[in-house]
Order: sequence, then C-alpha cells, then structure tokens
Amino acid sequence: MQHGKYRFIVGFLAMPLGLYALFVVWPFIQSIYYSFTDWTGLSPDFKMVGLDNYTRMFDDKIFWKSLQHSLLFAVLLPLVTISLALFFSFMINVGGRRRRGGPVVSGVRGSSFYKIVYFFPQVLSIAIVALLFAFAYNPDSGAINSLLRGIGLDSVQPLWLGDPNLALWCVMAVLVWSTVGFFVVLFSAGMASIPADLYEAALLDGASRVTTFFRITLPLLWDTVQSGWVYMGILALGAESFAVVQIMTTGPGGPDYSTTVMVLYVYQKAFRDGQAAYATTIGVALLVVTLAFAAIVMRLGRRERLEY
Amino acid sequence: MKTTKTPAPLPAESGAPVTEVDGTSAGRSGRKKKEGHVLNAFSHGVLILWAFMVVMPLLWAVMTSFKDDRSIFSSPWSLPDKLHFGNWSRAWTQANMSDYFLNTILVVGGSLIGTLVLGSMAAYVLARFDFPGNRFIYYLFIGGMSFPIMLALVPLFYVVNNMGLLNTIHGLILVYIAYSLPFTVFFLTAFFRTLPTSVAEAAFVDGASHSRTFFQIMLPMAKPGLISVGIFNFLGQWNQYMLPTVLNTDPDKRVLTQGLVQLAVSQGYKGDWSGLFAGLVMAMLPVLAAYIVFQRQVVQGLTAGALK
Repeated sequence: MQHGKYRFIVGFLAMPLGLYALFVVWPFIQSIYYSFTDWTGLSPDFKMVGLDNYTRMFDDKIFWKSLQHSLLFAVLLPLVTISLALFFSFMINVGGRRRRGGPVVSGVRGSSFYKIVYFFPQVLSIAIVALLFAFAYNPDSGAINSLLRGIGLDSVQPLWLGDPNLALWCVMAVLVWSTVGFFVVLFSAGMASIPADLYEAALLDGASRVTTFFRITLPLLWDTVQSGWVYMGILALGAESFAVVQIMTTGPGGPDYSTTVMVLYVYQKAFRDGQAAYATTIGVALLVVTLAFAAIVMRLGRRERLEY
Repeated sequence: MKTTKTPAPLPAESGAPVTEVDGTSAGRSGRKKKEGHVLNAFSHGVLILWAFMVVMPLLWAVMTSFKDDRSIFSSPWSLPDKLHFGNWSRAWTQANMSDYFLNTILVVGGSLIGTLVLGSMAAYVLARFDFPGNRFIYYLFIGGMSFPIMLALVPLFYVVNNMGLLNTIHGLILVYIAYSLPFTVFFLTAFFRTLPTSVAEAAFVDGASHSRTFFQIMLPMAKPGLISVGIFNFLGQWNQYMLPTVLNTDPDKRVLTQGLVQLAVSQGYKGDWSGLFAGLVMAMLPVLAAYIVFQRQVVQGLTAGALK
C-alpha cells in the first residue's frame, strides 16, 4: 500500500487540517499573544504592554466574581447533575419489583419510557430552554410564582432572577434540568452491562440495595462517571453557561454581577466594551481554569479507582 | 415548578437510605421482599416526579402558545379560552420564523455534510496510515475538545471579518465545520480502527487507488459510525448559540436560536408574547418529533462519545 501514499495523505489531510488550523488553532495562538497587547479590536493598531492586562485582571473585582461563579458551576453542577442522574438510573435499572422466577434485580416497569422522557431537554437548544425558563421565573406573571400563589403561598413570591442572592441558583437549576437526562441514559447503558450475578451474590450475602449501589454499581461505572464529570465541567465553564447567563439574566450578568461567568465576561469585554486584548486575558484565565479542572478530576478519579 | 430549584431533590436522595435500613438489620427473605416493595414504590414515585418536572415546562409552553397575550400574564396556568392559531401564523410570517428556519437549514445542512466528509477523510488517514506527525496532528484535533471556544472567538471574529466571511452563510458553515472537527475526528478515528483491514487491502491489490478505496469501500463500511457522529453534530449545530451570536450579527442571516432570543428582546416592546411562545414551540417541536422517531439512534449518537 505504499504507492502514492504520501500524496494521498497530504491530499486528504490538507482541507480539514487547513480549515482547522485557520479557524481554531491560529485564533487560539493569536489570542494568547493579544493578551500581552493593548489591542482594542476596533482599530488594527496595538502595541505590546507586557503583563499590564494580567495585573489589571487581578485587581478587577468583576473578574474575581466571574471566576468564583465559574468555579462554582464547574464543581457544583457536575456534582448535583451526576448524583441525581446516578440516583435515577439506579432506580430505573435496579429499583424494579422482583418478579417470580425473574432475575434478582430488574428495572422498573416503563424504564424505557423514563429514559425517553428524561432525554427531552437534551435535544433542545440551550437557548430555547433558557428563554422558556426566563418566562417561568418572571416574578409577576411567571409560571412558578403563579403556581405558588395557586397553592396558597402568596407570601412566598421571590424575585428569582431579579434577586442577587437567588439568580445564580436559578440559572444553575436550569442547567441541571437540561442535562440530567443525558447522564441518566449514559449511566443506564453502563448499568445494563453489569452482570446480574454480582447483585445476586451480594443480595444473598445480606447486602442492602444501597450497599450494592456503592460497592458494585458505582465502582464498575466509575470510568463513565469520571469522563461524564469532565465533559459536564467543560460545558459548565463554556458554551452552556454562556447561553443561560446571557439569555436569562438582566444586564446580562445578573443584578449586581451576581450571575456573571468568565465566558460571558470575555464576550462582553471583546464585543461590547471594545477591549479585545483584555478579553483575551480573561480568556487565557478561563483556559487555565478549564485545563486545571480536567487535570484535577482525572487525578482524583484515578486515586479513587485504586481503592476498589 | 418550585422543585426545579437545585436543593429540592435532596430530601428524596437522603430518603433512600431510610427505607433501606430495616432491610439490612435482619436480611431474611420476608424483610427482603418488603424492602423490594418499598423500594419499588419509592422509585416509581421519584421517577414519575422527575418525568413530570421535565414534561411540565414543555407542555406549559405549548399551552401558552395558544393563548392570547392578556391571559398569558393574568393566569399563566389556565387553559386557553380558545385555540389562538393566529399566534402561530404571526410568528411564522411577521416574526420572521420562516427566515430563521431557512437560514438554520442552510447552515446546518452545509456544515453537516462538510463535517462528515472532511472529518472522515482526516480520521481515515489518521487511523490507517503511518507517517511522521500522525500522532501530533491527532492530538492537535483532540485538544480542540477541551479548550474554551470563547477564547478563540475573539481573534476569530477578526480573522473571519478580514476574509470577508462575517455575516455570511458560507462563512458560518466553514466555522461550524472547523469547530465540529475535533469530536468528529476523535470518534471516527476510533471507528475506522475497528474496521477490518483485509477488504481495503484486497481492493488495493485489485488496482483501486487510495481515494477510490476510501470512497467506495471504507465509507460504506463506516456507515454506522457516520450516522452516530452525524446525529451528534446535527443536534450540536442545530442548537448552536454561541458561534452565531458572535459571528453572525446581521438580522437577515440569523439562525433559529439567535432569532428567538432576539424576538424575546424585541417582543418586550411590541408585547406580542403569544407570538414568541408560538415561535419557541415551533422551534422545539420538529427536534422533539425527530427525536421520538429516531430515538434509539439519537441516544446512541449522543452518548457514543462519552462511552468511548
């Protein structure tokens, strides 16, 4: 298979690699370079300013707020989403009633129905989901407060997205709502491949179902959980949090910057305030946070796995 | 609806061990059976509750899209007094939903084909041919999956602008392709490695060129993988919000997600909320319908990457 091999390789790689280099790799390299300049983005002139942008960033209160929120997203969102999803998928796959002569553990009736329904939000655009919930959260005429009034809780009428203490949690709840289903389906596929004899043996030995979850299901599913964690964290730091915060909260960024996240702050600095160089500086910080997050999860996960 | 708040599901979770405790203490079959029943009822309860929370907002949106503006605000939960189909036709014509649909179909159609063709070409070469730099190019592609896209978008805006591709459909298509390549190459490289080599070698011995072998032998063999990654990319590109928000600011070229967000802003002045809800539902339904029909393939496509 040597004849014309290199010509073929070059011919096939040229287009995809060229496109990728031009639109993805080159901008990444450029943006790191721009973070050391005073480029506004509005005019082509700029000069090197050394670490000025970085010192400015460390004094920028809004940057610290956005970093705090992004970290909260990266840590809390996967934690809540994955715990809920593990819980639901365990119920779906192991929570069923034992049928006479059937296997020891079985799925609940209608398990495929649950999996189909839970997956609904995953196929919708996060932008549409965010718009929908922005209406539901509306304090005067939104579905949530009107429901609260309907069940007699007239005194409990939070401002939701308008309340600086609540807004961030409201935004996070929407992300949890829209991603749990994906992980339920993912973990269900993993759980289905765990042999039933393992559960049978454990239950015969007197283990409760909760014990089987922590001793059998979770360890055997650990790889999937770990990669799901990284995947969710990267989404929570990037595109997903941008869409929900930008669409749902006023400003955007919430009352008193209470929901601003790094990815939104980059966008605003570059395309609203005409401070492209400073925006790339925050972007570099976001890059560092993302890579550190992935590295930490992989590292912690590896140690955890050795215990079993 | 209040239960969508993050902390709410926690009681359910901490409730799980309580039902299990007496099962462990004795561990004989009578108790075991009871435990099974309690668990079964409990899991059904929890699962139905979440299914309800997933479906409720979507049904609420459908219902609201048939109401008139006044009742949307005065009584968000009441059924429509009559079906106001006018909302839907207003959204389709006056609110430009038809244009948004057309733009989205053009952009996603073009970029989906481009992604699959270029992605499979690159993946095939990387999976099947040994040449210096193979690993480097592979990891260059893979690295794109974990980098925060927003960082590259700041310079990318000016790269695209300088090439005269800003606010054009084909410019957006090229960018979509470039940003879909990392996952596509990652997935298809793994897939091409699993295919048998003998068929391609036989074709080559019979005098087929490398590219003919690829298009006539390997691509048809890779069809299942192409379908999975195609569905993944279709949903990702159809639902894309961040890339068009930055790179496609011309009102006439807006894609669906952007258009809806813009509509939500402008309807604030016009007060045509029912039209907006009709637009939202209009954008939701085709994707949900397609998901229900191709449910198995969609789930496989979306979870395939995380399971690798």
